[in-house]
Amino acid sequence: MAEFETPTALVAAAERARLAGYRNMDAYSPIPIEELNEALGLRRTRLPMLVLAGGIIGGLSGYSLEYWSQAIAYPMNVGGRPYHSWPHFIPVTFETTVLGAALCAFVGMWVLNKLPMPYHPVFNVPAFARASRDRFFLCIETTDPRFDRQATAQFLESLHPVGVSEVVP
Amino acid sequence: MPAVQDRQHDYMPGAGEDALRETPLVIAPGHTFESINDKISSPILTKRTPIGWFFGFAIAFAFLMLMNVTIGKLLMEGIGIWGNNIPVGWAFDIINFVWWIGIGHAGTLISAILLLFRQQWRTSINRFAEAMTLFAVACAAMFPLLHTGRPWLAAYWLFPYPNTMTLWPQFRSPLIWDVFAVSTYGTVSALFWFTGLVPDMATLRDRAQSKAARVIFGVLSLGWRGSARHWQRYEMAYLLLAGISTPLVLSVHTIVSFDFAVSVLPGWHATIFPPYFVAGAIYSGFAMVMTLAVPLRKFYGLEDFITMRHIHNMTKVMLVTGMIVTYGYANEAFFAWYSANPYEGYMMLNRMTGPYAPFYWSLIAINAAMIQLFWFRKVRNNIPLLFVLSLLVNVGMWLERFIIIVTSLHRDFLPSSWDMYVPTRWDFAMFTGTIGLFLSLFFLFIRFLPALAMFEMRTIVPQAKLQSDHHG
Repeated sequence: MAEFETPTALVAAAERARLAGYRNMDAYSPIPIEELNEALGLRRTRLPMLVLAGGIIGGLSGYSLEYWSQAIAYPMNVGGRPYHSWPHFIPVTFETTVLGAALCAFVGMWVLNKLPMPYHPVFNVPAFARASRDRFFLCIETTDPRFDRQATAQFLESLHPVGVSEVVP
Repeated sequence: MPAVQDRQHDYMPGAGEDALRETPLVIAPGHTFESINDKISSPILTKRTPIGWFFGFAIAFAFLMLMNVTIGKLLMEGIGIWGNNIPVGWAFDIINFVWWIGIGHAGTLISAILLLFRQQWRTSINRFAEAMTLFAVACAAMFPLLHTGRPWLAAYWLFPYPNTMTLWPQFRSPLIWDVFAVSTYGTVSALFWFTGLVPDMATLRDRAQSKAARVIFGVLSLGWRGSARHWQRYEMAYLLLAGISTPLVLSVHTIVSFDFAVSVLPGWHATIFPPYFVAGAIYSGFAMVMTLAVPLRKFYGLEDFITMRHIHNMTKVMLVTGMIVTYGYANEAFFAWYSANPYEGYMMLNRMTGPYAPFYWSLIAINAAMIQLFWFRKVRNNIPLLFVLSLLVNVGMWLERFIIIVTSLHRDFLPSSWDMYVPTRWDFAMFTGTIGLFLSLFFLFIRFLPALAMFEMRTIVPQAKLQSDHHG
């Protein structure tokens, strides 16, 4: 794992690592860096589709609940309005759509990120405490097909980082 | 460099002298990641609490206790301790409910709508404005719930669940729409707020000296490690939540206004209500953000982060939304005249010359006349004056809800059922009590959680910019 001082250095390093053929790697930074997605070759997230599904499910269940409770389970004549008075059902349908989508965005994001995760090996590196503050890290995993203890360490050194350290699980 | 580009980059020191002179910066020059982290997290991680904090919290807490006493009395004796009675069945409960909900709306506007419009100045005020939203919604929810008199029964009155009596709520009623709107709003605001807090919790975890703080912030940070994969999904989720919250916040006050507009009472039955209510909500909400921001930046020395730029922008938002509200008042009078409906006409006459006329003219004086002061740069630069004016705006908006609710109810179609409404001391106890609840929560918030979003502040300093030559 290599430590860098600026986001520019991190993105450049990630690009070089990708050109060198490394695939299983991750970068850590105190701020979101859009350019890293491309540099690391990350795929687009599936989250928007999940949120769309959540919204649709929320809206359908809201409307069906209203229809079922007002027209079937507990029909009540209010001023001669039809049991299935759909314009009255729109506001609640809208709110349940929003609720379904928002819950999906929230839960989906944490689940896809596999958080909460109480333990992760990167925290064993003392310098990593600054990843949430002002330092940028590039980590090449041992699972990468091109990973070689000596060669990868040398490669990381060649990126002119502030320091290179080994992550112990 | 063309002038337009200067404006986009005016958070960068030295990026165009003109931009510097014309508009104050979003963040004072010379800040780095660590200086931001340090400034925002040191009041939380320190062992010493300023004496002023205890002083303020004690006052707020005293009012919170007053609220508890009022609730106790209310549950023992019933809502007869309040002044509302037929024909004014909705009085302080609904006035205060609408007032608090409206205040909450500015927080969502700042965090969601301004995010979608890429307004950089939102970054340093969004966190505490979102906290304000949550606390205001909590205060608002108290009123309708206690207005039911027996809140423990409200579960089956308000929420659809299969109960043993096989009763279901009446979905044709705007009051049930309100339950869904407000509970959805509270939930989504809480999710949004918590999502924004997580990366800051990680920063606090890594900066904390004491073991207890490390454990607490460690748990709250959910093990956040700033991975690029996580950031990618995080940014997407944040954007989506903002996109979802934007129509939500508009719908909430629209539905609140339906409580009135769907009825047939003169003064309530008007199509102008939804936009007029939404504008009024944002107007009063920004006034509350101003009321909170002025002391916050003063006592915590945050002048570098909450700059004159923020103060100016908030004032301008108040000016615009205040003018929309004024347009609403003008429209109400126009409807009363143009409809040629005697009841509508009398309602307007009663507002202007009836027993509650002083309230009506005070709200016009504040919301229509006084806000014209915001046109002047001298006023916008005078922070103590702005603080006073923002308090007055909140008073004005409270009076507006009082006028809308009380004048329409106390003299409706049948003169034989006319009556006056006078609040009792318990009405005021409950109202000031919720202010105590709001301020107590806010004091706890600024002591234990980061009041400004550190990770978002970090993205606007020059250190976060990529040097464009990295491709070469």
